[in-house]
Amino acid sequence: MEKRYSPFLITVLGIGIAFLYLPMLVLIGFSFNSSALASVWGGFSTQWYAELLHNQQILKAAALSLEVAALASTGALILGTLAAIALVRFTRFRGRLLLTGMVNAPLVMPEIITGITQLLLFVSMLQLVGWPSRGMTTIVLSHVAFCTAYVTITVQSRLATADRSLEEAAMDLGASPLQAFVDVTLPIISPALISSWLLSFTLSLDDLVISSFVSGPRSSTLPMVIYSKVKLGVSPDINALASLIICAVGICVLAAGYLVRRGERQRLADAQLAAR
Amino acid sequence: MGERASHGDEDGVASRERGFSLGRLMERHGRWLVILPPLVFLLVFFLIPFAFALKISFAEAALRIPPFSDVWQITADHHLKLTPSLRNYAYLLNDEVYAVSYLYSLKTAFFSTLICLLIGYPMAYAMARASKATQGILMLVIILPFWTSFLLRVYALEGIIRDNGLLNAALLWLGVIDHPLKIMRTTFAVYLGIVYSYLPFMVLPLFATLEKLDVTLLEAASDLGSRPWRAFIDVTLPLSMPGVIAGSMLVFIPAIGEYVIPALLGGPDNLMIGRVLWDEFFANHDWPVAAAVSIAFLVLLAGPIAVHQYYRVRQLEH
Repeated sequence: MEKRYSPFLITVLGIGIAFLYLPMLVLIGFSFNSSALASVWGGFSTQWYAELLHNQQILKAAALSLEVAALASTGALILGTLAAIALVRFTRFRGRLLLTGMVNAPLVMPEIITGITQLLLFVSMLQLVGWPSRGMTTIVLSHVAFCTAYVTITVQSRLATADRSLEEAAMDLGASPLQAFVDVTLPIISPALISSWLLSFTLSLDDLVISSFVSGPRSSTLPMVIYSKVKLGVSPDINALASLIICAVGICVLAAGYLVRRGERQRLADAQLAAR
Repeated sequence: MGERASHGDEDGVASRERGFSLGRLMERHGRWLVILPPLVFLLVFFLIPFAFALKISFAEAALRIPPFSDVWQITADHHLKLTPSLRNYAYLLNDEVYAVSYLYSLKTAFFSTLICLLIGYPMAYAMARASKATQGILMLVIILPFWTSFLLRVYALEGIIRDNGLLNAALLWLGVIDHPLKIMRTTFAVYLGIVYSYLPFMVLPLFATLEKLDVTLLEAASDLGSRPWRAFIDVTLPLSMPGVIAGSMLVFIPAIGEYVIPALLGGPDNLMIGRVLWDEFFANHDWPVAAAVSIAFLVLLAGPIAVHQYYRVRQLEH
């Protein structure tokens, strides 16, 4: 596009970004407020962070959420990568349209519907085959389902632009198709794999609605605990916890963004080298 | 001895052939090792749940575990006996809370999408005009809230708009108002919450299409005497329609089913369908009615979801 700076556009962009960030920055600021009254600044203090360390309910929920997120994002990475390979490399197969639909639909399906239908599946399965009972297992399964969609979309777009001639060259030199894929293409798409794992991890860590439906009575994830507290109003220890999570997610996203950009730069450099 | 040797030879040939055919089998059907795991998993844990929801929407609430009656039974003489109940669907049609909350959700989602578009379009346009290096940074700036917890962002917004929040404190201090404004638990707060949460979903697809826009077309328009504003209406806007539609669908569809925002920021009047569904499930424990509401909701969403899928598939093919 033409590079002309319009004051109107710059202003809207600036206000838009301020609108997106101001509430989060204020929240982080107030997490260091020593006063328990949310509206009064009582001086700098880290006491709410210290209190988090003694809150067994929050620690237990955080441990569960991290475990679920690690399992779900790893499962989704495997399934999503396979789905992306299938959709990009195998142009014709029975069920292709079905698979395309099933990896795209979760992106726009209201979470509340996904949550209810999955819960109904789990209770029906428990009745029919005696597995899975509601708890960590069901949370992980439902998270894998929606994270797989995000992994597929990310890896699919990266794989579609990957140069296939390199793989063909490897096969001409005697590599099997699997070997050629693992040794040549997998390293090329690895930034996309890492970033989609990180993004699945944060999505799983954040999920409230689906987890609320499919979890059992003794398995509350961190967002469920936060929601039950937040419903009652603003509380200083949740400010501290929220700040920690926002910073952790921020670091994950920046890391993922950095990896993708480094991958792009590497690709450009390789292309230039190859062209020489 | 000779027989044995020839036997051994035959075995060797057979096993080599078996090995060979196994290799061929892998080659011919190996792709199914790639296709089947995600296909089966999503079938079982994403698609089949809708079939169960459909079945249970024809059941009746019952005091048992799980809390609904059977839709079919196998009788003593091995006949399948269907006992579907249309009670839930009749209930949906008779109790106006469902129709009212659905229409209210549609209205809220529509106007929130429109506001997101009005704010998001200039933002995406400004991003598309920035230099490549700035674009990379701006992308990250927009993506960061996109991945930050919805719940926490809504909570953070609450900290600003509470009666004793930062906004009221600032306005009081400036002397613009002398009583704190009531923003929390109003319709305005719900709109603010949805726009705040979903704005990045609008900006990113818009930016993706505007970035690829061919500048020469705009130059041609201006060479032919078109004013910038007219060139925008005649050239830029029509060409950016795929982004407008993609962004609008990404905001509109999830916003209809939104639960957290109306529950945390809205008042009792802001009865959106997601909230009704949640209460039906967790407060009333009527699973069959909740299943019926989900199915009816899904049928009504089929149109917008099909539009979204159509544009996504078309975008991927280009």
